[in-house]
Amino acid sequence: MSGANDPYDPKQVAALSPEALDAAVAAAVEAFGGAGDLAELAAVRPAHLGDRAPVLLARRELGALPPAARSDAGKRVNAARVAVTEAYEQRLAELEAERDARALAEERVDVTLPWDRVPRGARHPLTTLTERIADVFVGMGYEVAEGPELEAEWLNFDALNIGRDHPARTMMDTFFVAPEDSGLVLRTHTSPVQARTMLSRTPPIYVVAPGRVYRTDELDATHTPVFHQVEGLAVDRGLTMAHLRGTLDHLARSLFGAEAITRWRPSYFPFTEPSAEFDVWFPEHRDGPRWVEWGGCGMVNPRVLVACGVDPEEYSGFAFGVGIERALQFRSGVGDMRDIVEGDVRFTRAFGVEY
Amino acid sequence: MRVPIGWLAEHVDVPAGTTVEDLDTAFVRLGLEVEEIHRPEPVTGPFVVGRVLEIEELTGFKKPIRYTQVDVGEEEPRGIVCGARNFTAGDAVVVALPGAVLPGGFEIAARKTYDHVSDGMICSVRELGVGDDHAGILVLGDSSDPATPAPGTPAGALVGLEDVVIELAVTPDRGYCLSMRGIAREMGTGLGVDWRDPGARELPAGSGEPAWQVLVEDADRCDRFSMVALEGLDPTAPSPWWMRRRLAQSGVRSISLAVDVTNYVMLELGQPMHAFDRDAVIGPIVVRRARAGERLTTLDGADRALHADDLLITDDTGPIGLAAVMGGASTEIGNGTTAVLLEAAHWEPTGVARTARRHRLPSEAAKRFERGVDPEMTTAALARAAELLAEYGGARVVGSPVDVDTRGPRPAIALDAARPAQVAGVPYTPAHVVEELTAVGCTVEGDDGPLRVTPPSWRPDLTDPADLVEEVVRLSGYDDIPSVLPTAPPGRGLTDAQRRRRAIGRALAEAGYVEAPAYPFVGEKALDALGLPPDDERRSVVVVRNPLSEEEPALRTTLLPGLLATLARNLSRGQRDLALFEHGAVFPGGDRAPAPLPGVDRRPDDATLAALLGAVPEQPWHVAVALTGQREARGWWGAGRPAEWADAVEAAHRVAAAAGVALTVRAGDRAPWHPGRCAELLVDGVDGALRSVGFAGELHPRVCSALELPARTSVMELDVDALPLAGVPVGPSISAFPPVYLDLAFVVGDRVPAAEVEASIRESAGDLLEDVRLFDVYAGPQVGAGRRSLAFALTLRAPDRTLSGEESTQVRERVIRSVQQAHEAELRG
Repeated sequence: MSGANDPYDPKQVAALSPEALDAAVAAAVEAFGGAGDLAELAAVRPAHLGDRAPVLLARRELGALPPAARSDAGKRVNAARVAVTEAYEQRLAELEAERDARALAEERVDVTLPWDRVPRGARHPLTTLTERIADVFVGMGYEVAEGPELEAEWLNFDALNIGRDHPARTMMDTFFVAPEDSGLVLRTHTSPVQARTMLSRTPPIYVVAPGRVYRTDELDATHTPVFHQVEGLAVDRGLTMAHLRGTLDHLARSLFGAEAITRWRPSYFPFTEPSAEFDVWFPEHRDGPRWVEWGGCGMVNPRVLVACGVDPEEYSGFAFGVGIERALQFRSGVGDMRDIVEGDVRFTRAFGVEY
Repeated sequence: MRVPIGWLAEHVDVPAGTTVEDLDTAFVRLGLEVEEIHRPEPVTGPFVVGRVLEIEELTGFKKPIRYTQVDVGEEEPRGIVCGARNFTAGDAVVVALPGAVLPGGFEIAARKTYDHVSDGMICSVRELGVGDDHAGILVLGDSSDPATPAPGTPAGALVGLEDVVIELAVTPDRGYCLSMRGIAREMGTGLGVDWRDPGARELPAGSGEPAWQVLVEDADRCDRFSMVALEGLDPTAPSPWWMRRRLAQSGVRSISLAVDVTNYVMLELGQPMHAFDRDAVIGPIVVRRARAGERLTTLDGADRALHADDLLITDDTGPIGLAAVMGGASTEIGNGTTAVLLEAAHWEPTGVARTARRHRLPSEAAKRFERGVDPEMTTAALARAAELLAEYGGARVVGSPVDVDTRGPRPAIALDAARPAQVAGVPYTPAHVVEELTAVGCTVEGDDGPLRVTPPSWRPDLTDPADLVEEVVRLSGYDDIPSVLPTAPPGRGLTDAQRRRRAIGRALAEAGYVEAPAYPFVGEKALDALGLPPDDERRSVVVVRNPLSEEEPALRTTLLPGLLATLARNLSRGQRDLALFEHGAVFPGGDRAPAPLPGVDRRPDDATLAALLGAVPEQPWHVAVALTGQREARGWWGAGRPAEWADAVEAAHRVAAAAGVALTVRAGDRAPWHPGRCAELLVDGVDGALRSVGFAGELHPRVCSALELPARTSVMELDVDALPLAGVPVGPSISAFPPVYLDLAFVVGDRVPAAEVEASIRESAGDLLEDVRLFDVYAGPQVGAGRRSLAFALTLRAPDRTLSGEESTQVRERVIRSVQQAHEAELRG
């Protein structure tokens, strides 16, 4: 080691020699590499990077060199210092990673443990299927119309061309409400919503009316006295049966796949004329692709338009109704109606929150 | 309507090679729904016609038995044992020879029975699988009759073993299809083949005095009344086998020749008829309405009080028939009847419907008249019946027929020939329209301008242009209609109320509740079980006049009975931890003005419409939950948490949050809740005052035991429609300045509601309060008896600055002062 004012003697400034610096770096790399954990690394650090470490001491010697030699030596010292520092940081990173890995490994859990602290809830598939059908129509610009389940007899029957003594009225298996002259029934279909809509709006009318309806059938595997329908009604200028078919085909495709179409059979409903029952081609049926009976439809009977204040010379309309229980039965292969109505949570949970 | 194909083929030239499936398809295309196809079970092997030669009566057995010798066309007759007695030597019968297999796989073999070898079997109708008649064996006829087939003739075709019956569901507008005549006409059109009208018959003019004196007083409800008299009927004459077979195929029981003939003619021509024992009819027949106090014993033996609206057939003794519905017992055809008055009339449909409904007599006759019968058929039916009774019963027509006919001409319907195309969206030509209407039986006139269409007599349902359009489209085929999606005007999507219902359902489902809709029927028992006081408004119910169950004759005023029944059903099926919800309408009772029944020839006037809509009660939409067992399950995370009152309150808050409204909760007292664990749920009303919308909490222990539910079962019910619709929310401005957190614990009396303390904090803290939350409740020795500690965490924050220590201290002191004053609180440590 030389004092600041000592004359330059290259032999005396041995600490700045390339050999000495290389040795210092090598010693540091070895020491750091030999440190087994962060504590050991911390323990050996001062010897190689502390104030008394060879590379730092070597730096102090630089002033003793003549300016001509100082530049070269300075570069060497710096390089050595960087090498030692890098060796340290590399080892530090390695040891920290090891420590972290060990700690995280110790915190590991069994992620396959059960998760269901709160049992799963679900909405009833009748609700969600009804919404799905309504949404298909809302997507076409229809609005959702509603009416009461306890309904005026006039709206459930008379306005729909089902006269007082017409056999169709008897065949409706109606629940009547006391007193005898109340003029109220539990609606036998969602069709009174048609009448309500026409009485309260002016064409063009495009509405869909989902809801609960009633017939005096005993509950069994295929019947229920309380069931659900979705009714559609369009009243506009120039509507034809072709528009009705297009609408039903679209509904069928929306619910039962791109290949679904409808097939019509002539039928009779007092409130539509012509009337048809329709089947839907359901490729995904669990017993193989087939036609399934689904609903009724037709052109709104001009008598109904008249009773509801719509001019049949100017407007025509179509209407249709589908059974939700029936759709649920064949869409999801539900064999027994009782499973749909009894409220067993095992049944409903299978359908989740959105069906 | 059951259609035996053999019978149909008698009137329609069904093309060779037509299968049952082809007919099925044709019926469906015509709008006649095929309900069921009845195929006789297959019989195989040798069935032949046999002639009974000798009968030996065997005695000494439990029942009389016959041992017969039967010629089956072989060299030697066969000996056959038979238990039936309805045949004599010389009768032609059907014999199943050994090797034959009867329906049900019953194989015939020669076997020894009753001490004789039976070398075959003489068959009954039922054994052949072609009818239900098992009273005796099938007798084809007397072998002396040349029409009777010879012994040995294969019997398969004779007994119609291949005969299939197609059962149709006939819609109420198609009354004419309740007859072979109508079906044959439809099928002839549908298959495009020739057919013959079995109704094309004229009643012979007869001679001499009219058959009976008849006076029709009510021509509005009986515009045609026809009658013939017959004498010399052999009351013992059996109905011919073919007729009995067709009746059996049609589901009609054979009774006697006279009755069978009227039924047969009704099935064939669609004209219901009635046969009176002429000797029992006293004086002229008068068709009139019933008078006060009149009664009639009908053929079914029921003694009926008559209504002034009932139309009757009467004689000097009073009523002898309920017109169009059922005959009277006093003039019934009996075992000794030889003289008969046959009646066939045309009755106004709605009157028949009223009488049939009033007397609960949905007879075959009433069913047809209600749907409309061809008025042309009265005399044709009489002619046909007289012919059959003459042929098989030896009866002869006496006197001249009666035919009181007051019908007016049928008006023509004006139809624009372009109309069917406009309705169907199919370009039918006017010529095509005329062609199809003609095929229906209409007379069509008019070369320019609208068509003038007169429907045929058998189609009373065709009254409007729309009816004619339907016929054209139906016969042209629905398959021709193209598929075109119409363009609706833009819609506004779901209403706020509709979106809100969906949101509530989803919120509860996401919180672990399972939707369980129940039937809305309740009985007093269920309301009693809830412990509702006598004057509770939920006891005011709407009563169903014809309930499915007398136990549950009313409509629900609360969702709880149904929901708790579903809960109990799930428990009985082994579920223990349950959280259910239902939402739907309830039906408050109370007296209301009857809903008017205006006419339908125009829109009701505004006042009538308002009365009509006003008579329909409001049916508010409720939501309810019910919980029992563990709300959170026991698991690796620790013990479970039982469902409790607080879960029911939480459910109410979830509902309110989904609806976008804030709920205020205070202690409530209402059945069926536990009086100390009942929360009343309130919202801000329009007038600013709080409005009660429901209740939540634990069920009263007595209710749990009455309903056999687990203790601590908790429920919530809330009137969704009573929640105000949430307005459009205003976006808050979010402060980025740091908050100040304050924890404050107050010791208060244990009856002081936490919500009131919190309200005091909110009010006194002012605008700087961002959030307040109760984080601990402590009761115990440290705070003394009758008191508890409520610990709140407050977050303070200013929108525009960092709060100074001085500011937060001011808030703190304000809050402490306020709570101390309002609730006699002490600040805890």
